[in-house]
Amino acid sequence: MKKGTDWRYRVSNREAIMGTVLAILNFIWWYAFAYGLGGRPIKEYTYILGFPSWFFYSCIVGFVVFTILVWIMVKFFFKEVPFELDETNENEEGDVG
Amino acid sequence: MNWDVILPLVIFLISVFFVGIYTSRHIRSGSSFLQDYFLAGRELGGFVLAMTMVATYGSASSFIGGPGAAYQLGLGWVLLAMAQLVTGYFTLAVLGKKFAIVARKINAVTLIDFLKARYESKWVVILSAISIVVFLFSAMAAQWVGGGRLIESFTGVSYTTALFIFSGSVLVYVIAGGFRAVVITDAIQGVVMVIGTIIILAGTIIAGGGIENIMSELRAENPNLITPYGSDQSLTPLYVSSFWILVGVGVVGLPQISVRAMSYRNAKAMHRAMIIGTFVVGFIMLGMHLAGVFGRVVLPGIEVPDKVMPLLALEVLPGWLAGIVLAAPLAAVMSTVDSVLLLVSSAIIKDVYINYIKPDAEEQFVKKLSFGITAVVGLSVFAMAINPPDLLIWLNLFAFGGLEAAFIWPIVLGLYWKRGNANGAIASLIVGVGSYMFLHLNYPNLWGMHTVVLPIVLSLVAYIVGSFTKGVRPHTNTF
Repeated sequence: MKKGTDWRYRVSNREAIMGTVLAILNFIWWYAFAYGLGGRPIKEYTYILGFPSWFFYSCIVGFVVFTILVWIMVKFFFKEVPFELDETNENEEGDVG
Repeated sequence: MNWDVILPLVIFLISVFFVGIYTSRHIRSGSSFLQDYFLAGRELGGFVLAMTMVATYGSASSFIGGPGAAYQLGLGWVLLAMAQLVTGYFTLAVLGKKFAIVARKINAVTLIDFLKARYESKWVVILSAISIVVFLFSAMAAQWVGGGRLIESFTGVSYTTALFIFSGSVLVYVIAGGFRAVVITDAIQGVVMVIGTIIILAGTIIAGGGIENIMSELRAENPNLITPYGSDQSLTPLYVSSFWILVGVGVVGLPQISVRAMSYRNAKAMHRAMIIGTFVVGFIMLGMHLAGVFGRVVLPGIEVPDKVMPLLALEVLPGWLAGIVLAAPLAAVMSTVDSVLLLVSSAIIKDVYINYIKPDAEEQFVKKLSFGITAVVGLSVFAMAINPPDLLIWLNLFAFGGLEAAFIWPIVLGLYWKRGNANGAIASLIVGVGSYMFLHLNYPNLWGMHTVVLPIVLSLVAYIVGSFTKGVRPHTNTF
């Protein structure tokens, strides 16, 4: 067993934090639009494509935005690391399966 | 009931059955048998991984119970259901590559293999195995009852016959094909779930005369239906938010979900699965629950929430399309029970038998035993589901929240907190399950939050306090 922490774990730790931050942002978006816009009296509701605006932004736009954010996070910030390492050749990178 | 509706259901059942059987031809024997049978040799690609995670997680409640609640409570319940979007990416991101890499290093096949290597404690293994077997066995029986009742209601055949058709087809392909059959059929079932969602949502919007018309009719009937608070104003922001724990981030602690995070081929598969999974889970939850709300305008006055979806499909769609829509909940039930069945069987064979009873069992014998135990577990669930005993129904109440509270911290902190030790994990398991059962029975939804929140906090405290006592820490840098 080699000394020190597996360099791939640092990548994984960073990605776990990014995933958690995204989940927190997701919650804030969902909550703020739902209860910010939806908490007003019903007479003051505005409608977008037939939906009350709170629902449109919180659930529909939120769904689209966070799917895109997951795509951006994975595409630009997640790193492809090999899962099975040759112990003598451990700095090799790329999509070794 | 007409054949238009039944035919797509029959075609669906038969194709799932044969695809499941076909994949069993890939089962290898020899030293890789257990890896192959319980984990499909860690070869899942992105699409299959995403679909099996979504389909295993999505159950009858996503297609029957949830839309029924949305019918009664309005858009507030759709808001609540959208807390599940996070499951599409959170489990894979948090367990992450580290879980997949550690699982390969220690050659883990089950979740308990991971816990065993991390905590080096017999008690962690035994307590985990007991919770998995007891709770998931009862959860499985409940799902089979649901599956049988679904077939019964669509086709008019008797409950016992329906149960036999349903469980017979699932049992055969799971026993013969193992994890590979489970995930490939999950992928088909996931696609059926998506197609069913598109059809029922489109059909309901058309039948209701467009979204604007539906919304104004809902507002005219009861304005609260289009607020986030529910038709009877019972949905407080705190209560709805607490579902982010139960059906959102807490899902990391469900063994049937987390075991999938060690089954994928490479980093690319994980990346693709996060994107596809987020889209699919969001689409299904949004679409099905919206259809439930819209259904209130199309078909008012349904008293039993579970009948909303079947009646709505038959009302707004031609028979054969209704058949495809009704295959979706069946797909959801099948894809949940097949995964859970295999998990229970792996806990018995790999975690108990091979760990403690006969570590040097021969491969050929292990192979026979795997088929055998899976069959025995499946047949006993079938027997239980014919006339479910009260104890089983009672245990099922704790299956979802209890397992989340038990496993979330031993898994997540086991991965990311080096100090975490066996005492912490044992405390967390006991406090998690115990406090969930106690609160659920005595103080459900304490302080206006779903019952699961407090046990998850308590099991975190138990894990941390336990870990500050003297105990074994990992003495390698595998973790």
